[in-house]
Amino acid sequence: MILTKESVAQIKEKVALYPKRKSAILPAITIAYHQVGHLNDELYKEIADVIKVPFVEVAEAATFYTLFVKQPRGKHLIQVCHNISCALMGSDSLTGYLEQKLGIAKGGTTKDNLFTLITVECLGSCATAPMMQINEDFYENLTREKVDKIIEELRAKG
Amino acid sequence: MTFYSPVITNATEVAKSERLHLFRYVEDPNQRSIDTFISRGGYESWKKVVTSMKADEVIAEVKGAGLRGRGGAGFPTGMKWSFVPKDSPKPRYLVCNADESEPGTCKDRVIMERDPHAMIEGMAIAAFAIGSHLMFVYIRGEFNESIRTVEAAMREAYAKGFLGKNVLGSGYDLDMVVHTGGGAYICGEETALLNSLEGEKGLSRIRPPFPAVEGLYACPTIVNNVETLSAVPHIIKHGAAWFKSMGTEKSPGSKIFSLSGHVKRPGNYEVELGFNLKKLIYDPAYGGGMLGDKKLKGVIPGGASTPLLTPDMIDVSLDFESLQSVGSMLGSGAVIVFHEDTCIVWVILKLIQFFRHESCGKCTPCRDGTGWLEQTIRKIERGEGKPGDIEKIEDICGNILGRTICPLGDAAVMPIQSAVKHWRDEWLHHIEHKQCLVKTNFEFK
Repeated sequence: MILTKESVAQIKEKVALYPKRKSAILPAITIAYHQVGHLNDELYKEIADVIKVPFVEVAEAATFYTLFVKQPRGKHLIQVCHNISCALMGSDSLTGYLEQKLGIAKGGTTKDNLFTLITVECLGSCATAPMMQINEDFYENLTREKVDKIIEELRAKG
Repeated sequence: MTFYSPVITNATEVAKSERLHLFRYVEDPNQRSIDTFISRGGYESWKKVVTSMKADEVIAEVKGAGLRGRGGAGFPTGMKWSFVPKDSPKPRYLVCNADESEPGTCKDRVIMERDPHAMIEGMAIAAFAIGSHLMFVYIRGEFNESIRTVEAAMREAYAKGFLGKNVLGSGYDLDMVVHTGGGAYICGEETALLNSLEGEKGLSRIRPPFPAVEGLYACPTIVNNVETLSAVPHIIKHGAAWFKSMGTEKSPGSKIFSLSGHVKRPGNYEVELGFNLKKLIYDPAYGGGMLGDKKLKGVIPGGASTPLLTPDMIDVSLDFESLQSVGSMLGSGAVIVFHEDTCIVWVILKLIQFFRHESCGKCTPCRDGTGWLEQTIRKIERGEGKPGDIEKIEDICGNILGRTICPLGDAAVMPIQSAVKHWRDEWLHHIEHKQCLVKTNFEFK
């Protein structure tokens, strides 16, 4: 069992909120994702068992939504927004800077398994571009100085 | 660690009156707390509605105010509410659409993170108006700060008796659920949102039936945007006439404009509808002009899905009709500005890459068409374009426009069509010379 007791309890709480159990699929996937950091078939099965829906319904939803990473990744998932508002403010150069700084190409994970770097479509932070999301937090109005500080702090934290 | 967005409002005008109501208090971090919200008159409208008004009266007031949906389509809100069948024995649902995902749009997040009770109060009033006892807010999964803030605010509202059983002793029961999405732009489209809320993939539904008649769990459902619902308590408080005194005749009220790209002061600005676009970009109190005092090249006036404007078109009022008259749309009010060092093909590539990624895949024209468009435009951008490519792009666009279940197909196509029309020479130069007329290379600071 991958899901912790807490996650299972949280999922059950979600199920109780909806007129139909199936509605809890996406919130349950979110809970599992926050616990594990990525999704896989085993998790879909566990979620399906808790909600009491067929496995395929969980897998179908999970694979449709791009927010959830489907393969193991580093502890800190860096998602650089690369759509128009951020791109006009240099998000492509931000990605390049992070690639250089972390010594990985886009899509890669550092050897110490601390960082994974990807680019994503609009994150709704357009007036504070360029920006990136690391795990659950937004980092906005980025400059080289700010990026250096953020990465240093996360490295120190481990 | 979170770097908050610089929410800039015109403080002098705000101080003068309550006209600019959506952002009146968003710069105060205490506004998030229910006590502060109540001390500033918050939940008074909800109290008035639930204890002394009839549903029809609420709908009539919102109809009278002429409030139009702030999510993009601009449909009259009161009229939408009145489509809910009065005699249906089924439960009714109110859904707040907080799946803000269109490039350029970043306004609903400010309300959720800075003034969440304004949204909850608006949702409660709307739920009452349509006879709903269970309401949902569908927040995009990436907005963790919004999710945390709204959940905390919801708990406060329950604790104070604004939500739950027998709200404020009125006999009316109302529950609320915070539902988080999975990062799919398509779920901002109301029927896809409902599928997603039911635990399905976010695929659009064929209409009719419209959600007001058959929506969530096949029951009557109203879906409204965060900004739309946040305006409702103010309409109840000050009346329809007050709301109509702002903005233009057909586009009353105020609106939040998300200004991004090459301006000196990007940010979210609340102004009355009908505000001048040029002023929003150049006035020192708003955009403050172009970065580095460069020449303006183009403007996307209403978010990534709206047709582009050239500099000679920007002396225009920001309202639904005026933007339509210059061949564009108000959309969600996301004004994206770019200067002379920007290649138009590069801009369009960024946009189509988004729509190709976000197409749900249900309709063939959109699923295959956006992919084909991205491929063709990417080739041109790389210097591999061929004569005839522009005509091919126009042909594909024509075969997507109006041929899909939901407006995502149209949204993908309209900016491209406008860019080909307004900057045709630049596209031709790109194909002929195998390179950009202006090489785009933006460094971050």
